[in-house]
Amino acid sequence: MNPTIHCETYANGLVLLAEPMPWLESAAFTLLTPAGCAHEPDDRSGLSEFTCEMTLRGAGSRDSRQFILDLDHLGVERSDSVTDAHIGYSGATLSGNLLRALAIYADVVRAPHLPDDQLEASRLALLQDLRAVEDEPSEKTMLELRRRHYPDPWGRPPQGEVAAVEAITLEDIRRHVAGHFHPNGTILGVAGNFSWPALKDAVGEWFGDWQPAPTPAIVEKPAARQIVHLPYESSQTHIGVAYPSVPYRHPDYFQAWGAVGVLSGGMSARLFTEVRERRGLCYTVYAVHHTVRDYGGVFCYSATSAERAQETLDVILAELTRLAQGVEEEELARLKARIKSALIMQQESSSARSGSIARDFYHLGRARALDELARLVDGLTCQSINQYLREHPPSDFTVVTLGPEKLEVRIGVS
Amino acid sequence: MEFLRTTLENGLEIVAECNGEAHSTAVGFFVNTGARDESPDLAGVSHFLEHMAFKGTARRSADDVNREFDEMGAQYNACTSEEHTVFFASVLPEQQDRVLGLLADILRPALREEDFRTEKQVILEEIRMYEDQPPFGADEKCRAAHWGSHPLGQSVLGSLESVGKLSVEAMRAYLDARYVPGNIALVAAGRVDFDLLARSARRYCGAWEPGPAQRTVEPPVHRRGFHVLRKESATQAYAVQMAAGPTATDDDRYAAKLLAAIVGDETGSRLFWELTDRGLAESASMGHYEFEGAGLMITYLCCDPSIAADNLQRILDLYRRVESEGVAQAELEQAKNKVSSRIVLSGERPRGRLFVVGGDWLHRRQYRSVRADLDALAAITLDDVTNVVAKYPLSSATTLIVSPLEKIAPPR
Repeated sequence: MNPTIHCETYANGLVLLAEPMPWLESAAFTLLTPAGCAHEPDDRSGLSEFTCEMTLRGAGSRDSRQFILDLDHLGVERSDSVTDAHIGYSGATLSGNLLRALAIYADVVRAPHLPDDQLEASRLALLQDLRAVEDEPSEKTMLELRRRHYPDPWGRPPQGEVAAVEAITLEDIRRHVAGHFHPNGTILGVAGNFSWPALKDAVGEWFGDWQPAPTPAIVEKPAARQIVHLPYESSQTHIGVAYPSVPYRHPDYFQAWGAVGVLSGGMSARLFTEVRERRGLCYTVYAVHHTVRDYGGVFCYSATSAERAQETLDVILAELTRLAQGVEEEELARLKARIKSALIMQQESSSARSGSIARDFYHLGRARALDELARLVDGLTCQSINQYLREHPPSDFTVVTLGPEKLEVRIGVS
Repeated sequence: MEFLRTTLENGLEIVAECNGEAHSTAVGFFVNTGARDESPDLAGVSHFLEHMAFKGTARRSADDVNREFDEMGAQYNACTSEEHTVFFASVLPEQQDRVLGLLADILRPALREEDFRTEKQVILEEIRMYEDQPPFGADEKCRAAHWGSHPLGQSVLGSLESVGKLSVEAMRAYLDARYVPGNIALVAAGRVDFDLLARSARRYCGAWEPGPAQRTVEPPVHRRGFHVLRKESATQAYAVQMAAGPTATDDDRYAAKLLAAIVGDETGSRLFWELTDRGLAESASMGHYEFEGAGLMITYLCCDPSIAADNLQRILDLYRRVESEGVAQAELEQAKNKVSSRIVLSGERPRGRLFVVGGDWLHRRQYRSVRADLDALAAITLDDVTNVVAKYPLSSATTLIVSPLEKIAPPR
């Protein structure tokens, strides 16, 4: 696998990571600015999303039309996302267009116009997104679950709340940009076919004179873990269950992650087998490991018609409880096979790698190459995972159900 | 990059785009069967059968199937559409033979009565899931309204009623009739050992009995209409609009794809500037969809119900402007850059190429490289686009809206 990931920390704190994938025709980037929704004032939820939307409406020498026209001209497939920590901008294009695309995004984070005459259009767009979430019961369930699992502000839904989005002013947005769009804390991940010296110089030229600023502190409030039912008019009941785990930076992370891989992953994993294959209770059931900087969580989801929902929840909780008894050799072998091929297949996607190395740096202060990941996964044993599970049995559950009827949460009953 | 093909004695066609540089191998069985091949009493059988394939064979239990895929580290799945059912997997090259053996085996499923009953519950849950989530069935309902009793108007999932009534015997008869080797293509992309592929296919599929599998392809009548379906619990309004477009074998399809990018791409298109950029819609897009003997230009809109009527009027006005004034050269160039870049990016993954190569083969018995598609796009002129606009007027459409409001005024 590919051994080298270049890393350059500029004098102002901006970090550039770049993984060469010379067999590709494309190059991709992920630009993370430390302006995520954990930094929003309590009464301004949705501010990061609003800010993100406004930064894409003209920057540097381009108005909003020219901005999109130029990116389309360069064939940049792009996306943006707001997480607890970051406002992130990603793009992928033919390798020859990478530097020109990056120059445009340097303007987005350094010189956004934040045009007054587009504030209301942006607000409408955000309100439409919020309304759309109301129609997505699965998304609504998982947003509520995350909000209740993590200490605030780490579980905030980036979409915000209607009243807050209605109250946000241009001044709030300008303050958010001034307070959080800084080179220190900004991470640029690049992967694909590129020339490292040219990339390093170009990034230095466009971002080098960006002035650093102090990083504002975040004040946490303890998590309100609880069991809640949200009444909702639907034919299915949606079930979300979460329990605490370790974050990505924790030395035991791969043990925790391996255990979740046994629970959910391939179609032979436990939840899929027990809930769907054996009992035909649902179409969708999964568990994923999720992490913010200092906290982790395992998040499970399923949905099924109301009369089968209680059994579904019972079986899920029974499987989570059973996990504490440990995993078996064959399960681990299958997990390793899946991860090995998934890691190799990542080498076919510049987008996947640019995102991974940027997020790695945020969590670890360095990027993990694919071969290091492969070694870590190879190093997992049933013994090590089971020891972790004995010390950290799934417990302290947060349960969110959404649907016509409330369910009973019976822990330890199968 | 090399294209290779061969045909087994029983009629199974094997096609592969072999790329020695790739890291993985993607293989799939593309069965030329789907919702359009179902009689009304079998509605949903293609999709249900796709699920049953994973529930075991004469030699394997359902657990065996899932376990073996996972042991290989395969990324695998299956999907069913109006006219195709595809079983596919991406693996590391050393697993090519083993994964092919497993995929071939599940195309001859045991269809055990007990598994059938359990899986029926899963399908019914899948139908309920789509009833609960946007666009609340608007896409299938619009297709039914647009194409009426033509087979292409039939639902892929079927209904709670049709699936509920389906018997295992009826499914077996459908399997025997449709999954004959002459109606299936074995497709591979990425790092493929073609000699091994052909040998494995002979070994695993050589004994499949040939048989006839026909599809009646009558050109559908494209209707016009405006339908509002009330769903009180919905927050947003979801509109789907269908107009005629070029078929899968029509060379106009390249111009149609560029027209769709100009008019209806998710970003930077006419619809984007008219609706999404102004915050008038959560999303608005239009795309070209091709079928055997038919084609559609489909518009999707999600917005606040109180402005749905205004937005539909804006869309109609926009489409009429395109029809009367055409599009600009600069827009065409922008669309070409965008679509070409997308083709190259998605083509970097063998899985992405698998579906393109397989689709080309089922629809056209033709192989087209990434380069050939890029050249075809580059050659499209403004006249070609104007021609497509004239042949397939976007303003002549069936519209179906799912909305919490009972009444939404049709555009004029």
